[in-house]
Amino acid sequence: MRSVAEVVTGHGPLTMDSLIPVLQEVQAESGYLSDGSMEEISAAIGVPVSRVYGVATFYRQFRFAPLGEHVIQVCRGTACHVKGSLSIADHLKRRLKLTSDGNSPDGKFTVVTVACLGACSIAPVVKLDGEFHGHLTIQKLDALIDEIGGDE
Amino acid sequence: MITINEREIEWVPDETVLQAALRAGIAIPHLCAFAGSPSPQAACRICMVEVEGTPRLQTSCTLPARDGMVVRTHTPRIQRARRTIVELLLASHPDDCLFCPRSGDCELARLAADLGIRGRRYAGLKKSHPLDVSSPSVIREPNKCILCGRCVAVCHSVQGVGAIDFTGRGFETRISPAFYTGLNVSGCIFCGQCIRACPTGALTEKSQGEDVIRALADPDVMVVAQVAPAVPATLMDAAEISSITEMLETLSGALRQIGFEAVFDTSFTADLTIMEEVSELLHRVKNGGALPMFTSCSPGWVRYVEVHRPEMIPYLSTCKSPQQMMGALIKECYPKQFDTKGRRIYSVSIMPCTAKKYEAQDLGDIDAVLTTREVDQLLRRFGMQFTPKGPRAPLDVPFAEATGAGRIFGGTGGVMEAAIRTAHRLITGEELKGGPKVSDARGLDQVKVFSLDVAGTQLNFAVVNGLGEVKSILHSVAQKTSPLHFVEVMTCPGGCVGGGGQPYDTDREAIKKRLHRLYEVDRKSASRLSHDNEQVKSLYKNLLDQPLGAMSHHLLHRSYLDRRKG
Repeated sequence: MRSVAEVVTGHGPLTMDSLIPVLQEVQAESGYLSDGSMEEISAAIGVPVSRVYGVATFYRQFRFAPLGEHVIQVCRGTACHVKGSLSIADHLKRRLKLTSDGNSPDGKFTVVTVACLGACSIAPVVKLDGEFHGHLTIQKLDALIDEIGGDE
Repeated sequence: MITINEREIEWVPDETVLQAALRAGIAIPHLCAFAGSPSPQAACRICMVEVEGTPRLQTSCTLPARDGMVVRTHTPRIQRARRTIVELLLASHPDDCLFCPRSGDCELARLAADLGIRGRRYAGLKKSHPLDVSSPSVIREPNKCILCGRCVAVCHSVQGVGAIDFTGRGFETRISPAFYTGLNVSGCIFCGQCIRACPTGALTEKSQGEDVIRALADPDVMVVAQVAPAVPATLMDAAEISSITEMLETLSGALRQIGFEAVFDTSFTADLTIMEEVSELLHRVKNGGALPMFTSCSPGWVRYVEVHRPEMIPYLSTCKSPQQMMGALIKECYPKQFDTKGRRIYSVSIMPCTAKKYEAQDLGDIDAVLTTREVDQLLRRFGMQFTPKGPRAPLDVPFAEATGAGRIFGGTGGVMEAAIRTAHRLITGEELKGGPKVSDARGLDQVKVFSLDVAGTQLNFAVVNGLGEVKSILHSVAQKTSPLHFVEVMTCPGGCVGGGGQPYDTDREAIKKRLHRLYEVDRKSASRLSHDNEQVKSLYKNLLDQPLGAMSHHLLHRSYLDRRKG
C-alpha cells in the first residue's frame, strides 16, 4: 500500500485540479480517507483542509471510515427497489447493527447502497466481496452472512 | 448607458448591473453579494432582474452592464420569485427570532419584511446540528445558517485563512471546519470577519456582557474599563457627536453612570507600545536581530503566525498589544496608587475586535472583552444611549493621556506611522522634517511598501492591510530575500476600524469615515508624538525605568507558542 506522501509525489506538480484525483488514489490505497490523510493532502496541495474535506464530503464515492473485512453492496436501483431491496437494506442494518458510516461494530462488515449494479434481470441483488448474489431473499442473505461468520 | 426601471444610468467599465443600480440608488435586494465580497457567487438568486430580450430572470450580481440594456428590478414576476426564494430559506429556519442575538439587527429578517413576508407558506424540516461554542471569540449556530456562503468567501478569499467551508451535499450541506470539529482546533484566527459578513444569527461573538453586568452589581468588585481608539471613531457613526475626544468622554460618562469606576484610554498604551516596539526595532537593527520585525498588536495576526506559520515567530515583536499592556498596568499599578477599598479589580476592555477575547483569555490580566457591538448593547440594557446631551467624564489618570500617534493605532498604517515618528526621533534626535504625517502608510491599499532615509540609512517598511496579502511578504521573509525592516500587519481590512467586533453594516465607506476621524483627531492633537506623552514619560520615571528594561520585560512583553497541529 502506498502512503499519502507516495501518492502525492507520484502526481507531479499539484494544483487545486489535482485534488479529486489525489483523493481517489489515496482512497484506492487505503479504502477510505482518514483525517490525517486529508491533512497531508491539504499541506501538499496548499489548500486549506476545510476545502479538502468540503470537496470530499460532497461526493458519495469517498468514505471516511475504514472498510470492514467484507463489503456488501446493496443495489437500490429501480428494479431492485420494486423487488424489495429496501427490506434487504433494513435487515442488514438491524442484523449487523450498522453505525452511521455503514460499518458493523466488530469491523467485519461494511454495507453500502449503490444506485444500480446493472444486474436488473436477477433483482433484487447484492454484491458481496465482488460476487453477485441475485433473486435474493432475507433467508438467502442470512445464510450468506452465516457462512462468512456474521454470528451476531 | 443602461436603462433601469425607465431611468437612464451611466455605467463604469467592469461594473455589474447590481453595482450600477446600487450606485444610482436603486435598491435591488441581494444577499450572497455583500460589501467586501471578493467575487459574485450568484448563489442566493435574490438579486434577479428582468432584462428585455432575455426570457429568464438574470442574477444582477453576475450580469455585466452593457449599453442599451433595458432592466427592470421590481416587476410582479420578480417580486414573486424573490419572495418564494426567501420563503424557502425560512422554511427550515428556526422560529426563535425573539431570542436571537441578531434580533432587531438581522439582514434576513429585514429582507423578509421588505418583501412583505408575513406568514409561513412552507414548513420544511428543521436542522439539528450542534452549536459550536469551542472558541473564545466566535459562536457558530449552524441551524440558523442559510448557506449564503459569505463567511466562506471572507475566510478564504479575503483573509486567506480557510477555517470553514461548505461540507456535505444537498439538505445535509452545512458550513463547518474540516471533520466537523470546533473552531478552536480549526485554524480559525478568531478575527470575526465572518460574523460581520453573516446575514443571520449563525455567527456571533461570544458575548461577555452578562459577566460584566454581574461584576457591576458585585460590591466586592471594582470595575474599570479601557477603550480602544477605533471604538469612539465608530460610535460616532450613529451619535451626533463630532470629535473623538468628545465621543470618548461621552462613552466614559455613560460607563460611569452604570457603575464603572475608572475609564482608561487604550491609546495611552498605544503610545507606550510605540516606545517599546521602536526600541525593540532599533535594538534588532543594531544587533543583527531577526528582521523584518512584525507588529504584534493584532491578535488575529499573532494567532495566524502561531497556528499557520510558527517558523515566523522570531520575527514577531515581543511587545504585548496595547490591550494587554493596559491590562498588566491596571493590575500592577492601580491598587498601589489608588484606594480600591480592598476590592478585587475587574478589568473590562472595549474593543472593535473579537480576537481580543481570545488574546485576553490567552494572556490574562483582562477579565472581559466587549466588542463595539456589545458595549452598545450593554448601555441599552441600562437605558443609555450616546447623545450630545449625555453626561461626560474625562478619562482617568494615570492612563488618560493619548497623543495623535496613539489614536491612529485604530486604522491600517497607524502603528507604522506612529512608529516612524518616534523612530526618527530616537535615531536622529530630531522630528521628521516634513511634519509628523507619513502619507505612504495611509490609505486602503492591501500592501503599502515604502522607504525612508533616516540619518543616511535607508529603512524599508511595509503595511499589510488585511491578512489576505500577507503571504507574499512571508514568502520573501522565508526565502531570506526580504529587504524590509519593519512590517505592520493588521488582520482586518481597514485595520481595527474594520474589525470583527464592529457594527454589522461596516462597509468600505464606513471604514473611510472612521479613518478620517482618527486622522482628524491626530491632526488637531496638541501632541502627535508618542515620545512626548507626559504620562508615558512619568510611567517610565516612576515604574518602568526605560524601554526594554527589566520591568518592561516583566509587564509589557510576551512570548509565543508554536501551535501548529501535529
